Amino acid sequence: MANTLFDKIWDQHVVQHVEDGPEQLYIDRLYCHEVTSPQAFAGMRARGIKCFRPEKIFCMPDHNTPTHDQDKPIEDPVSKTQVDTLAKNAEEFGLNHFGMLNPKNGIIHVVGPERGLSLPGMTIVCGDSHTSTHGAMGAVAFGIGTSEVEMVMASQCILQQKPKSMRINIEGVLGKDVTAKDIALYLMSKLTTSGATGYFVEYAGSAVRNLSMEGRLTLCNLSIEMGARGGFIAPDEKTFEYIKGREYAPKGEDWEKAVEYWKTLKSGEDAVFDKELTFKAEDIEPMVTYGTNPGMGMGITQEIPSLDSIPEAGKASFLKSLDYMGFKPGQKILGTPVDYVFLGACTNGRIEDFRAFASIVKGKKKAEGVTAWLVPGSWMVLDQIKEEGLDKVLEEAGFEIRQPGCSACLAMNDDKIPAGKLAVSTSNRNFEGRQGPGARTVLASPLTAAAAAVTGVITDPRTLN
Amino acid sequence: MKQKFDIISSTCVPLPLENVDTDQIIPARFLKATTREESFFGENLFRDWRYNPDGSLNKDFVLNDPTYSGEILVAGKNFGSGSSREHAAWAIAGYGFRVVISSFFADIHKNNELNNFVLPVVVSEEFLAELFKSIKENPKTIVEVDLPNQTVTNKATGKSEKFEINGYKKYCLMNALDDIDFLLENKEKTEAWENKANA
Repeated sequence: MANTLFDKIWDQHVVQHVEDGPEQLYIDRLYCHEVTSPQAFAGMRARGIKCFRPEKIFCMPDHNTPTHDQDKPIEDPVSKTQVDTLAKNAEEFGLNHFGMLNPKNGIIHVVGPERGLSLPGMTIVCGDSHTSTHGAMGAVAFGIGTSEVEMVMASQCILQQKPKSMRINIEGVLGKDVTAKDIALYLMSKLTTSGATGYFVEYAGSAVRNLSMEGRLTLCNLSIEMGARGGFIAPDEKTFEYIKGREYAPKGEDWEKAVEYWKTLKSGEDAVFDKELTFKAEDIEPMVTYGTNPGMGMGITQEIPSLDSIPEAGKASFLKSLDYMGFKPGQKILGTPVDYVFLGACTNGRIEDFRAFASIVKGKKKAEGVTAWLVPGSWMVLDQIKEEGLDKVLEEAGFEIRQPGCSACLAMNDDKIPAGKLAVSTSNRNFEGRQGPGARTVLASPLTAAAAAVTGVITDPRTLN
Repeated sequence: MKQKFDIISSTCVPLPLENVDTDQIIPARFLKATTREESFFGENLFRDWRYNPDGSLNKDFVLNDPTYSGEILVAGKNFGSGSSREHAAWAIAGYGFRVVISSFFADIHKNNELNNFVLPVVVSEEFLAELFKSIKENPKTIVEVDLPNQTVTNKATGKSEKFEINGYKKYCLMNALDDIDFLLENKEKTEAWENKANA
């Protein structure tokens, strides 16, 4: 018996084993955004069918939404069409829809947990690789393609080969200014972007337990960047405390019953994982990336690897990557001038991220020549920023807070980093052109992004406070 | 596009880079389409590698090199990492590729290819390295991908390998059936599961 939490949740949701094939897995929650759903709706229409369980599907636009003047029509007509199409589709198929300006709108992976829609023990999917975020609630959550979105619309099920299981333990106490983002970038730098491909990861160990819910959401969010199908953390008191009272969370007697069940959701003492890895929290520094995939990361005080240390088959990609970034093998990147800073995305667009950023910039001024985009993950996050007075702290330091959306994480709206410019970004991907054609991205935590924003160069946040 | 898959014998287009992510296969700005015209996505396959920033053709990129053509794309390991965008599979299919050979695929992209009747073929690192060498020496090198027998053969060296695919998916590919057809036929089982879960 494997007896892992992943097995428990997955196996409970298996409708049937397809002979010599995948498993038919029941899905508790489907999230849809405007980019990866239109062709699925079109497919449904072509087949002449309705959604099987419309009440389990929640839609909201986030990728194309502008981060200013959301009360005005979207300027880009193609973006506008895509956002409008989602609203029309949701209406036609009778689905829940949180449109732009709806106080419930925001990045789907920020909204799901904060509204109590993503709960322990659930299976959750979305046509978006960062769906793994919801794993922080103790759910089996993973990204899927548009054909698979259509499968779930049509049948509330998906055909899927069961992944293998992996447990990653982070034991010990994190150092000063080392965040969940740094843990994730550290893991990718050790495992590479394909090190967990084929696996579903359970994060465990004292350093993971001690993370806040926001930190856990960040860690699980980045599971896909090491190739994992998904990543999750067993629910505990902290999880229940976070969920309690949220809009769509169970209430009253249902709540008591739910918590009783959720408390059983953990891997057994004797659980056997296909792979198990343990890392020391003390070994992790604030991290930055230097290349064009998230696995090309290092401690902020370190040097980029030398060419000799790269295996032969990887040399061409390594050099192409550094050439794009304008870096050389063996160099440090501390002190590199920065043009843009981006705080936000489903990775780091939550209240704690804004608190962290504000803690560094408080009483300082934004460096001249740095353009900073601070984009909350949802209206709810923005409200809380204001409630806590963080908006004042940020404004006094010369920063403006924008309206919620995915923004410069993938630059599908107007928030594009210009070609050649270097951005320190709290998002999840530093791929070529990800933040705009020719844009150069250094991934980092909100603290490291804030340090760059006030100094104008890549700076170790530990030297600032 | 639903089409029956059997044996494909073709020359190859080599892309000996590792970790090719789906943002490169199809950049985000081409994801705003609300329809699924494969020709549109195919035209923009590897857009930012195919074209220079000024819009001119990048002659150094393999898709612009007339020496190489065919229905098989051969890529370095960890192909299709990153974003789950199925548009990447639509672009590959729309360009005319029916097979992608690599030593390793990212999970979501691999499923997306299969759901679009593009066959991802996983080969050993050695087979892949030798295949790149064969294509470099002779761009007319033929590779045969035999789905019924699950074999891939480098005709230049005669080397052949078995590849994995589950019986269900193989049946779907060979008969142009998709997963939704299957799931719709199995609704009663889904309802039975729901009744049990809610009991």
